Amino acid sequence: MVDLALTSDRRPSAFGGFARWFRTDLRGALSLSFLVVLVAVSAMAPWIAPHPPTAQDLNAMMAPMSSEHWLGADDLGRDTLSRLIYGGMASLYASFLAVTVAILIGVPVGLFAGYLGGWVDDIVSRVIDSFLSFPAIVLAIAVTGALGIGLTNGMISVGIVFAPQLARLVRARTLVVRNELYVDSARCFGASTGRILWRHVLPNTIQPVIVQVTLLLAGALLAEASLSFLGLGIQPPNASWGSMLARAYQNMEIAPEQMYPPGLAILFTALAFNTFGESLRVALDPTMKRL
Amino acid sequence: MPRSRRQDARRFQQFGHTELSISTKSNVIARRLIQAVPVIVLATFIVFALLKLVPGDVAVTLAGDNASDARIAEIRHLYGLDRPFFVQYGAWLWKAAHGDLSTSLISNEAVLSSIARCFPHTLLIVMLAMVISLVIGIPLGVAAASREGSWLDDAIMTVSSLGVAVPNFWLGMLLVALFALDLNWLPATGAVPLKENVRGALSHAILPACALAAGGVAEVTRQLRSSLVEILSSQQVRTLHAKGLSPSAILWRHGLKNVSVNLLTVISLLFNRLLAATVVVEAVFAIPGMGSLIVNAAIHRDFPVVQGVVFAMVLVVVVLNLVTDILYNVLDPRIA
Repeated sequence: MVDLALTSDRRPSAFGGFARWFRTDLRGALSLSFLVVLVAVSAMAPWIAPHPPTAQDLNAMMAPMSSEHWLGADDLGRDTLSRLIYGGMASLYASFLAVTVAILIGVPVGLFAGYLGGWVDDIVSRVIDSFLSFPAIVLAIAVTGALGIGLTNGMISVGIVFAPQLARLVRARTLVVRNELYVDSARCFGASTGRILWRHVLPNTIQPVIVQVTLLLAGALLAEASLSFLGLGIQPPNASWGSMLARAYQNMEIAPEQMYPPGLAILFTALAFNTFGESLRVALDPTMKRL
Repeated sequence: MPRSRRQDARRFQQFGHTELSISTKSNVIARRLIQAVPVIVLATFIVFALLKLVPGDVAVTLAGDNASDARIAEIRHLYGLDRPFFVQYGAWLWKAAHGDLSTSLISNEAVLSSIARCFPHTLLIVMLAMVISLVIGIPLGVAAASREGSWLDDAIMTVSSLGVAVPNFWLGMLLVALFALDLNWLPATGAVPLKENVRGALSHAILPACALAAGGVAEVTRQLRSSLVEILSSQQVRTLHAKGLSPSAILWRHGLKNVSVNLLTVISLLFNRLLAATVVVEAVFAIPGMGSLIVNAAIHRDFPVVQGVVFAMVLVVVVLNLVTDILYNVLDPRIA
């Protein structure tokens, strides 16, 4: 009933709004297109990559760019372009995994703390404060050390470390939303706490979360690269952009150009996530200026 | 400002305080100090609880492969793993409060002395990066805000979004390739303690600090720009325009004066970020700092060292936030 009243027919169609946004926001459109292409290429890695990512061509060790190996090959003769494509798959998987963990922990915690208030909120807020005092990657390294080294454990750690940021955001929004009239009326109609949170509070706190999630994806990508660079993330022979950089760094004096493809890949992807996040922020909240 | 003082008075009466004005400030400081206590205690709890994330039998896992039963028993005893969790935590906290962070499982060195050896290297890079970030970031932020919407603003913001997105360890690699290997101007890796040789220490620290500062410059630029833009579009500034004050006078006398307080917050945020980022940059430059310490410890599951480093870093951050908060209160008469 409430839902029906809210969907007024003055709202433009979702696609029309999207098309208009796409035309007017050049940066946002570019970054979104980049990300879509990146995800598509990663998803189709086995069909697109010219070589298997772990196949060693001993004649091509440290090979420069050529028609056979477009971006050259690493110290074991593995094709850099193929590893870049497969590495992209690993890096994107890792980023999404970390952010999913952060959402699954952070959003419910923020919702309950903000909605219940009182001593629950006091305690949760203090816990969030303490978590946010930890330098993020340091805590992630420690958690990875505890859980055990590996890409999945590493990214669960990053997710745990990111969760308080989301929790704080959701809590702050929930504090505002829980006093709105529609929440009161739902309560008067006898809706359960779970239903109120799910149907009424969550949808109204979600906008800033979407923006923050996009920015966190960039953070998670950089965190994955860092952990894998340090040897705490993905394990050989698999590739991620971070581990490719570690490998390239060891052989920097022989083949310095091997540093560029993974580094630029990380830079542009993180940039695209950040830019898209900022565009979303503006698109979702027209009163807000570009920061 | 009589209005805000009256508000202070009201707020403090609610908390049962009757003395006003002069003692208000020290009360605020006292309250901040008291508020920091639970944060620190919770942080120690988080640090200790890390141990609970270790899968399986903690003692067996930490002892590593092929460990003797005696070794496993030793580790079990070290952490008191056979006792209830809160007893373990209490014992650990009691020792930590007395400066005993236990010893490394691998080298047997006291964790506190490892930290004392490594922290100066990290601090030097972070401080240097901080200086670079502020020296470059502040003028860029002011330039961008004072010409909001111009091509200069656009260019500065584009560069700063690159600065946020660039992996700083990759930047470090590029700097090594250029300045150490190609040009041979600076040493590629390693570190020299500041006490022994100032010149050597700085020449080793400058490349890592630059790599680290990229994100810092971007952060300072953005923060400063956005708070300055906010002030420049405020009612107060509009009045100044109406009074006929020149734009540059408004910017320098009113805009920056108001922003200078925000700068404190920026500095403390920046410190936290740089302290985190340095961990990875240290690996690139083979600097024996806190980052290398914790990464090696994490790889070898040397848990007392991991916990010690995390604890030391969070303590530094909390204390710094506290100092910032108190300075904030002392410097800005509007905040109580």
